[in-house]
Amino acid sequence: MLTDRERNEIEEHLALYAHKRAGCIEAMMAVQRHRGWVSDEAVDDLAELLEMTAEELDGVATFHNLIFRQPVGRHVILICDSVSCWIMGYDNLLDHLRSRLGIDLKETTADGRFTLLPSVCLGACDRAPVMMIDGALFGDLTKERIDEILAGYE
Amino acid sequence: MASKTPLTDGIRPGEALSLQQYEAMGGYQGLRKALLTLKPAEVTETVKASTLRGRGGAGFLAGQKWSFVPMGDDAPQPKYVVVNADEMEPGTFKDRVILEGNPHELIEGAIITSYAVQASVAYIFLRWEYQEAVAILTKAISEAGGAGYLGEDILSSGFSLDLHLHVSAGRYICGEESAQLNSLEGERPNPRNKPPFPAIVGLWAKPTVINNVETISCVPHIIQNGPEWFRSLSLTEDGGTKLYGVSGRVKNPGIWELPMGTTAREILEVHAGGMQDGLAFRGLLPGGASTDFIVQEHLDTPMDFQSLQAVGSRLGTGTMIVLDDKTCPVAMVLNLERFFAQESCGWCTPCWGGLQWIVQMLGALENGEGTHADLEMLERHAKWLGPGNTFCALAPGAVEPLQSALRHFRDDFERHIREKRCPWR
Repeated sequence: MLTDRERNEIEEHLALYAHKRAGCIEAMMAVQRHRGWVSDEAVDDLAELLEMTAEELDGVATFHNLIFRQPVGRHVILICDSVSCWIMGYDNLLDHLRSRLGIDLKETTADGRFTLLPSVCLGACDRAPVMMIDGALFGDLTKERIDEILAGYE
Repeated sequence: MASKTPLTDGIRPGEALSLQQYEAMGGYQGLRKALLTLKPAEVTETVKASTLRGRGGAGFLAGQKWSFVPMGDDAPQPKYVVVNADEMEPGTFKDRVILEGNPHELIEGAIITSYAVQASVAYIFLRWEYQEAVAILTKAISEAGGAGYLGEDILSSGFSLDLHLHVSAGRYICGEESAQLNSLEGERPNPRNKPPFPAIVGLWAKPTVINNVETISCVPHIIQNGPEWFRSLSLTEDGGTKLYGVSGRVKNPGIWELPMGTTAREILEVHAGGMQDGLAFRGLLPGGASTDFIVQEHLDTPMDFQSLQAVGSRLGTGTMIVLDDKTCPVAMVLNLERFFAQESCGWCTPCWGGLQWIVQMLGALENGEGTHADLEMLERHAKWLGPGNTFCALAPGAVEPLQSALRHFRDDFERHIREKRCPWR
């Protein structure tokens, strides 16, 4: 069941488009803001609201890397693996993050604190290498800087 | 006297210009002039005369694109304008400067563009990762509405426009204009077959103009100062300034607004400060991941559409990625092709199948397991994935750095085969 708050946020947004399904990305993002991810049950509920089939909605959901169809940790790290960050030392930083967190890419720490995901270019190549945590961008990364940043997240 | 750097004037890092600050610099005067003194067709003609070409990568003449939109009482309604703010070309970070620095310049441009083609609804299609821009644009759109620049009967001109922010959820292909329309409609964002082009059959099958952030942001200045002024900003025949950028191991990576046609050498050596100490220049991708490498002998080439084409590359987004001598060119191309293979939408066989194969062959070469037959096969793939074999430009763009690397860095590929290892590892 969608909560009243989720439903209100979504319906307000649907008014911006000629057809309800155009609001499907924002609808899934609204659920994800409140629950962290989009479950099968949420896909069913949203599909009904958006006048789509669940399969159509899931086809859109699974295409997009920022819609999470599996549970994630409390904080999601997106580390940029595109060319400028790669030139500036992505490989070493990834190794550091892996050993620091004890997980590989696309995994979540046992305490549920972090999920580590690869990302395409984050559009901050003058600050490469970069990563993003829950939407906050961090640039000019070094191993020491990563340790400081991670310490700020519970 | 009008500015030499109209797009970035007044922009300060970490702070967006407010409505009041923008107006104090002459902001929204172009809109006033367009809506109150020019007919829609005159706006389009002015932009045509400016020779403004699209800054998103393809370089199509903006005014010409607008002129394809059906006009008059019989034209399909409503018509739409979409601002492509899905900046995701690897190595490209120029639109961010406008989105975070001067949102009203973009909004004013979107309103004038909408007026020119008589669109009644406009969307800014923004990538989710630009979270600062989400907040800045949300505030700026509300400010513009409050000042009477959006909504019903703008400036008592009789023209009305709703402008909405649409935040996406990732995937490079959403930057391709027809995929972006499918995405906006809530469909799976595969590109559409063309023709028909979006100007005729676009969003919800209605006439739609899609332009890049930097392109749209030029429009208010062109209207305010005239097409001759805009052309005079450029050193070549493509009008205007350009947001050029440099990333890689240079002393001072960044973005600079410079005359269109500034040479690659000036951008690299003067503005980016040259290579970091102890590193030598090998080559660069002039306009993002999907452009051909240029090398030392090409550095005096003006960074404009025609000059770069003449040396076998493209201006693309105008943001260059620099390869140094301590970085393996084969590994760099492998990184690029992994990106394209991952981001293929999977619709066209040459793209999804061919790119996977390219990645496997490059991976083998980088690991010292490649053969000369692989080089031949990579060259064939560069042709098979080239223009004309796929719905969109992803695959043709993907093979540009590959085909040019095979040409310019042939010895480095050969060494990987001969020495059965990567010489850089």
